[in-house]
Amino acid sequence: MLEIRGLEAGVKGKTILKGIDLVVNAGEVHAIMGPNGSGKSTLAQVIAGREQFVVSAGSVKYDGRDLLELAPDERACAGIFMAFQYPVEIPGVSNSYFLRSALNAQRRARGEQELDAFEFLAFIQDRMALLNLQDELLNRPVNDGFSGGEKKRNEIFQMAVLEPRLAVLDETDSGLDIDALRVVASGINSLRRDDNATIVVTHYQRLLNYVVPDFVHILVDGRIVRSGDRQLALDLEEQGYDRIAARAA
Amino acid sequence: MNSETEMLREYTERDYQFGFVTDIETDSLPPGLSEEVIRFISARKHEPEWLTTWRLEAYRHWLTMEEPHWANIEYDPIDYQDIVYYSAPKSSADGPKSLDEVDPELLATYEKLGIPLNEREKLAGVAVDVVFDSVSVATTFKDQLAAQGIIFCSFSEAVQEHPELVRKYLGSVVPRSDNFFAALNSAVFTDGSFCYVPPGVRCPIELMTYFRINEADSGQFERTLIIADEGSCVSYLEGCTAPMRDENQLHAAVVELIALDDANIKYSTVQNWYPGNDEGVGGIFNFVTKRGACRGTNSRISWTQVETGSAITWKYPSCILQGDNSVGEFYSIALSAKRQQADTGTKMIHIGRNTRSTIISKGISAQRGQNSYRGQVKILKKADGARNYSQCDSLLIGDQCGAHTFPNLDIQNSSAHVEHEASTSRIGEDQLFYCQQRGLSLEDSINLIVNGFCKEVFRELPMEFAVEAQKLLEVSLEGSVG
Repeated sequence: MLEIRGLEAGVKGKTILKGIDLVVNAGEVHAIMGPNGSGKSTLAQVIAGREQFVVSAGSVKYDGRDLLELAPDERACAGIFMAFQYPVEIPGVSNSYFLRSALNAQRRARGEQELDAFEFLAFIQDRMALLNLQDELLNRPVNDGFSGGEKKRNEIFQMAVLEPRLAVLDETDSGLDIDALRVVASGINSLRRDDNATIVVTHYQRLLNYVVPDFVHILVDGRIVRSGDRQLALDLEEQGYDRIAARAA
Repeated sequence: MNSETEMLREYTERDYQFGFVTDIETDSLPPGLSEEVIRFISARKHEPEWLTTWRLEAYRHWLTMEEPHWANIEYDPIDYQDIVYYSAPKSSADGPKSLDEVDPELLATYEKLGIPLNEREKLAGVAVDVVFDSVSVATTFKDQLAAQGIIFCSFSEAVQEHPELVRKYLGSVVPRSDNFFAALNSAVFTDGSFCYVPPGVRCPIELMTYFRINEADSGQFERTLIIADEGSCVSYLEGCTAPMRDENQLHAAVVELIALDDANIKYSTVQNWYPGNDEGVGGIFNFVTKRGACRGTNSRISWTQVETGSAITWKYPSCILQGDNSVGEFYSIALSAKRQQADTGTKMIHIGRNTRSTIISKGISAQRGQNSYRGQVKILKKADGARNYSQCDSLLIGDQCGAHTFPNLDIQNSSAHVEHEASTSRIGEDQLFYCQQRGLSLEDSINLIVNGFCKEVFRELPMEFAVEAQKLLEVSLEGSVG
């Protein structure tokens, strides 16, 4: 589904990713772990198409297409979703209006019928329950005045509604208490299917107790220094990045 | 971040969509202003002598005044002798009695603007008093309104049919000597709208007027007078677009509102006059004096404006809260793109006891637009228990525009409660990316964010008007993306 080869990217002339190779197939969950500043979030944002990150070498193929050619909204409509580490506030725009506009933009792009307000409300009911969201949250402005936990649940709620093929979760666990973490994780798990894939970017092993990855990649200084299965994350928790990275080097 | 700026600039640079000129034979005076010109206008409109005198006195006063330059705007000097002060579409000289008699080309103009008069009448239940270059050419729903005793007609007609009302109220809120542009308007106004709602009557429909400047170099000097008698209620809508021109066109309107005891006036404006090209050439100069007097106890006047057009906007719809418990409101969206300059705001003058006012101002600046909020809240000595709440928010799109706020508080009564909040924000690259990442195009993303920013004002507009205003804002911000 996603094939990254020799990817180098940076911002303002500074190279952050220094040659990433990563292949993600349908049905898989990949965890990207690494210390602060290793380039985890940059990788997520390059996949999503954030313009400030400039790709200087390598390629990213998505279903055989050149992903780097596509604008962020085209990528979204092609099924790529990013859960933001810091979800953005949009004052005055209700959460439900925002999400319906987004869903309809994607449906239009796929040649599907748009949903009116009533159809949309029916469509999202069970997804609201999945993330344990209150109705009133739909009418509040997007992320405006949301608590940290509400913002993260709202991200996964959007993911549940938009049903992406490839979801990139950028530090979705940060700032969550243990109860919220369980809710978010069960939401992510219930969306796992054979025909979609998830990349979980995280600093801590904690989330992976709930969202069990098929593959774990350790990113240090812009390079994947080790890849393995779930056990790698557990080793990492025990030994720390320095030793794992040192062993890789 | 450069690419973002580039993107936003591209996006906001888009040509004016309503730039076309209708070819209608006109009956115009040569440029220039003198007592003769004023007498000509007055005679042409068969005005009574008192009004001719009133105009001439305004003119003589105007001659003693200087153009004000305290606003945060810059423009080349205006040559008042180079302006055409009277032009009227010839085909309406005899005054059409119905739409059938209206010049088809004129109707076509409105079609182009998406204002199908005949449909609108039926579908929206709106009485339209169309002002086309100074002369009203169509008035509808008159009979229906007349049955309730409501007078809604062109200003010229009111002068003929209801001179006592005009004489009583004209200039009673905005005196002839009020300011330079109001004095000029008082001298040379050619037409406008008049509305009187009798005691206890709630006007059953939204009253609507479209203003449109068409004649080259013709200043347009509208005069509007709305009187809501005791216990009455009226909502008035005003919307404008104008065709493309190379020469700057001066527009100096005066609007006066009078609300007596327990009366309620809601005045909504959507203004989309030609803003000029990207270099700032050719836009409308809009120097407007709008003021409402809450004369009666428990009266209320509410101004709502969406200002997207004009090269220069100089406009401060205000409320004089004379009656005890009277309420003044000002809700405003002002957009300055290209090289547009807007200096707009309001004055709330609290005179009566327990008077309340609310000011919500949303300024949007894009490209090289400059947007200033200028407001005054004045609470006089006798205004016990007066309250004011002001909120002024500015939104910046790109990095070449400016937002300025000039609030002025003058409080002479210690029982007053006055609150002022202000904010300035920028459409962030992060907001745009967030929207786009969910699947929205760049254009839709900007519209979504701008509409969210303006929401508190949009919800004050009548429903159909709000949709139109939202559309206008989108058109004004649209660019050449992709």
